[in-house]
Amino acid sequence: MKKYFSFFRLRFAMGLQYRAAALAGIVTQFAWGFMEIMVFHGFYRADASAFPMSFSATVSYVWLQQAFLALSAVWMLENEIFDSIVDGNIAYELCRPINIYNMWYSRNTANRLSRAVLRCFPVLLVAALVPAPYGMNGPASAGHFVLFLITLLLGLAVTVSFNMLIYMLTFFTISPQGLRIFFMSTMEFFSGAVIPLPFFPDKLRQVMELLPFASMQNVALRVYSGSMNGGEMRRAVFLQVFWLIVVTGAGKLLCRVAEKRITVQGG
Amino acid sequence: MEKMWKAVGLYMRYVSINVRCVMQYKTSFVLTVVGQFLVSFTVFLGIFFMFQRFPQVEGFTYSEVLLCFSVMLLEFSLAEMFARGFDAFSGMVRKGEFDRILVRPRNEILQVLGSKFELTRIGRMAQAVVMFVYGIAESEVRWSFSKVLTVLFMLIGGTAVFTGLFMIYAALCFFTLDGLEFMNVFTDGAREYGKYPIGIYGKKMLLFTTFIIPYALVQYYPLLYVLGRRTERIFMFLPLLACWFLLPAGILWKFGVRHYKSSGS
Repeated sequence: MKKYFSFFRLRFAMGLQYRAAALAGIVTQFAWGFMEIMVFHGFYRADASAFPMSFSATVSYVWLQQAFLALSAVWMLENEIFDSIVDGNIAYELCRPINIYNMWYSRNTANRLSRAVLRCFPVLLVAALVPAPYGMNGPASAGHFVLFLITLLLGLAVTVSFNMLIYMLTFFTISPQGLRIFFMSTMEFFSGAVIPLPFFPDKLRQVMELLPFASMQNVALRVYSGSMNGGEMRRAVFLQVFWLIVVTGAGKLLCRVAEKRITVQGG
Repeated sequence: MEKMWKAVGLYMRYVSINVRCVMQYKTSFVLTVVGQFLVSFTVFLGIFFMFQRFPQVEGFTYSEVLLCFSVMLLEFSLAEMFARGFDAFSGMVRKGEFDRILVRPRNEILQVLGSKFELTRIGRMAQAVVMFVYGIAESEVRWSFSKVLTVLFMLIGGTAVFTGLFMIYAALCFFTLDGLEFMNVFTDGAREYGKYPIGIYGKKMLLFTTFIIPYALVQYYPLLYVLGRRTERIFMFLPLLACWFLLPAGILWKFGVRHYKSSGS
């Protein structure tokens, strides 16, 4: 456990070094968030009664999504890992007395957390200062805020587990590009990154909420502003834990199979 | 004239090398094309499901937004197909590959775009064409010669604006050595948010996109003409006016080339 924790610490410290990149990212995320809110406002003016959640909850949803993008963006994969599989450097990793699944898992988590730590506060601060109705609102209650933090981390764990699945599948296909873009687009859509899940038609939404993709960013962003009731929240957290176990288990199994029949590429 | 044909010949040669190269990894190619197709398809689904819930946005109905989205997507795909090579330009500057290009007696833009051509972009292109056909078919526009011409002008002007943006992105690399992430707001962001008529983003955004980066000239104003909201002839020709945007982009590029100091070996 200690060795994986030091991997985590190293990566986290490394991630904090890229401050200029973080600044550029903050500007970008702020612009995207603002445009997104303008779109929702357009629809809100068209028909306020058709809104599935309050407008202020939607605004908070968008700002939180932008602030914590590094935790929930499914496309944030590490090129280094793909490169090591394609060019054969994976051989060095396999020589070490460590489990590559756990190592990569801690690396990915650390990377995402360091990015999020650098970026979330400026985005949230500016978003809070934006005048109503476009500004960020406070959490529904202290309890909701605590649950928000818990579900945010659970969502991060599920997201990383899915990323691990993609790395593992790359052992079998070697060229990651196609696999990657295919997974990304479907996962983005079903996780609520294109439009939040409550905006889908009810029947479709009920099915989508059961899928593992709904356990990524969807839960935390909706818990924050209290747009889920008690029963819904309990079910969502239960599903998050359930899918975390299933997806991680599948990834570990795939890892074991891959390790047995692995071909080291390159020369 | 002969010079131009030679340039086209050279570009086709670059393309054919790239095609043969990509065909070495057929499965990955097919998956990437399908993936590219899906990425923009989910954007369409986003619009589709929003309009399941809302009847209109700022007075624009589903079929009208669809027309707007499909034209914008086709403009972007056309520009991307030929000019997205500028995206990889920061790598060329950093590794010093641009030195090699400068010593060859051919146009440097042609070489940059040729060497970075990617066949997989036909995935998005295919999606854009499908969307365009669907958008035209769904639209309740009464087509006349001038309206067809307007759509054609939109495609020309829009492709020019996006090409100019890709070019500015690359030209800035001469000074910063690295790609600037926030430029994505203007390229991918414009594709993403240009799916809705710019009017819904408010007056200030409309002013910005009319006079600074002329998206509105290729999207909002001609769209109003096509939809029959405005009948002034000037709205028809505004997209062509947007081509002026290539001018500052070209100047910045020329200035960058002159300013270029090799950074690699």
